[in-house]
Amino acid sequence: MFYREAGQYKSNYKADMAIFPLREDKIGIGVIILAAYSLAFLGDSFLLQAVMIPFLVFSLAAIGLNILTGYAGLLSLGTGAFMGVGAYACYKLMTAFPDVNVIVWIFVSGFFSAAIGALFGLPSLRIKGFYLAVATLAAQFFLQWCFIRIPWLVNYNVSGALDAPLRTLFGVPIIGATATPQTRYLVVLTIVVVLTWLASNLVHGRIGRAWIAIRDMDLAAELMGIRPLQTKLLAFAVSSYYCGVAGALLVFLWYGGAEYDVFNINQSFFILFMVIIGGLGSLIGSFFGAALIFIMPIVLGIVLPAMFSPFGISVGSDTIEHLRFMIVGALIIFFLIVEPHGLARLWQIGKQKLLVWPFPY
Amino acid sequence: MRAPDNPVAVKDGVLLAVENVSLGFGGVKALTDVSFDIRKGEIRAIIGPNGAGKTSMLNCINGFYYPTEGSITFKGLKRPKMRPYEAARGGIARTFQNVALFKSMSTLDNIMAGRSLKMRSSFFWQLFRHGPAMTEEVAHRRVVEEIIDFLEIQHIRKTPVGRLPYGLQKRVELGRALAMEPDLLLLDEPMAGMNLEEKEDMSRFIFEVNQQFGTTIALIEHDMGVVMDLSDRVVVLEYGQKIADGTPDEVKSNQRVIDAYLGVAH
Repeated sequence: MFYREAGQYKSNYKADMAIFPLREDKIGIGVIILAAYSLAFLGDSFLLQAVMIPFLVFSLAAIGLNILTGYAGLLSLGTGAFMGVGAYACYKLMTAFPDVNVIVWIFVSGFFSAAIGALFGLPSLRIKGFYLAVATLAAQFFLQWCFIRIPWLVNYNVSGALDAPLRTLFGVPIIGATATPQTRYLVVLTIVVVLTWLASNLVHGRIGRAWIAIRDMDLAAELMGIRPLQTKLLAFAVSSYYCGVAGALLVFLWYGGAEYDVFNINQSFFILFMVIIGGLGSLIGSFFGAALIFIMPIVLGIVLPAMFSPFGISVGSDTIEHLRFMIVGALIIFFLIVEPHGLARLWQIGKQKLLVWPFPY
Repeated sequence: MRAPDNPVAVKDGVLLAVENVSLGFGGVKALTDVSFDIRKGEIRAIIGPNGAGKTSMLNCINGFYYPTEGSITFKGLKRPKMRPYEAARGGIARTFQNVALFKSMSTLDNIMAGRSLKMRSSFFWQLFRHGPAMTEEVAHRRVVEEIIDFLEIQHIRKTPVGRLPYGLQKRVELGRALAMEPDLLLLDEPMAGMNLEEKEDMSRFIFEVNQQFGTTIALIEHDMGVVMDLSDRVVVLEYGQKIADGTPDEVKSNQRVIDAYLGVAH
């Protein structure tokens, strides 16, 4: 009723090619961004610190992997390592040049992981699919080895861990022990919003079409004059850039310090699951995936005890934990059966139905 | 692309000349000593029974394969070994026997992808989808819309091509090839698996592309009626060898061609 295509005429191609051609979609995005920002002032620090900041960080990493796996069709298991490269690069940069604002270094550290990502993307010209995934495992293991074995990366810190020195933006601490969850959330949110906007511009233009073309039919793409190696390496570079920034955010704005262990193979799989469940080749799917895999267990952890307590049933915390795993697992299977193309497709179908509601078609 | 060693002058408006091309895969010879030329502005049919080497010939022309012997001269220049994207850059477009569209993209995006070579805006502007990047998108959209009008596929503009019926997919694929504004258009069985009406439409489009835009077309087709009506000259292959070359009438009455298609009484 409130969501209608009818009556919205486009009189030029530019308007027709807008990323959100529908007025309602534009308003919707505005409302979501506004709500996200007001959450910083309404939400308590648990919500911001334990739910929203990690959710945004994982969404950003999922967008990164989605560009590579969803758009360009190149399977990668090196996400965790590329996130690590971003984090370590950011650490080195901000300790070596403490006078430059750390926001600059967060964005610059992405370029280091982009370069490393492009390097490990070289085999993608020759190998595809699962075999490429195995080749990217090399990145995962080699880089993780570097994080452990090269003490220079952590400035010869005896604990071998990354710590978060105090850094400020306009005099307000954003990194370090004194930074409040609120400011950290605002910084992470702004970075994620900006990078998501850039990613959506990229995937809707010439470069995004080249990625999808390579994914859908690489021979035909090559015949259109799309150069496979450059296109794939660009996908690796952009994807790793996003992962790198996400890694830096993860360590300095969420954990406030971490060891090499954060960037292990489990992290890679974690992000890959988000991308698959959220929807390959969809930016909004990356957010859905991160929400389902990261936020759902937290919500269940709160909701389940609350559900049992009115009946006077006392359930042990370990039982809650087991239930949580079982329910999340079941939900993943349920969503994959209902819609193998991920939550993003469900979202799209929902919007299509809404357009013609209350009629079936 | 490196400079060709011995440029040959373009003679008689020859756009592409295939000279003594042989192609072998290990012990299997797909093509043996095939020579023919394609003149500017003509529709050239390549016919022959299954396995005669027609598609291999096209693959040689657009750089998927490199002939083991012989040479291909395009626009008067002898071609070095090249990748398909270099052939595309040179002005060769092609459609496939089995539709090779980008299935998840819409008709519009598929044809836009065909414009890739003509798009130049930098990564920087692409990031912002603004300024030169957007101007370019709109300019190419206009061309793409013309192609869509030409092929009468306005109604499926925004439909993902994977959902389209086969006949329309073939049409979109033709549109994508046309978007490259090629000098030479290679069509590999554009009418395979179509019904009569769809074939008539497709024939009309091929003819109009040739007449209106002056595009040179090389066509592989099994429907003899279509081949004889559309093409200016026909080359016939059998077991990788050329057995006839000439106008449709000449080819039709050639005894070797009749034998190849109907078999010889023993």
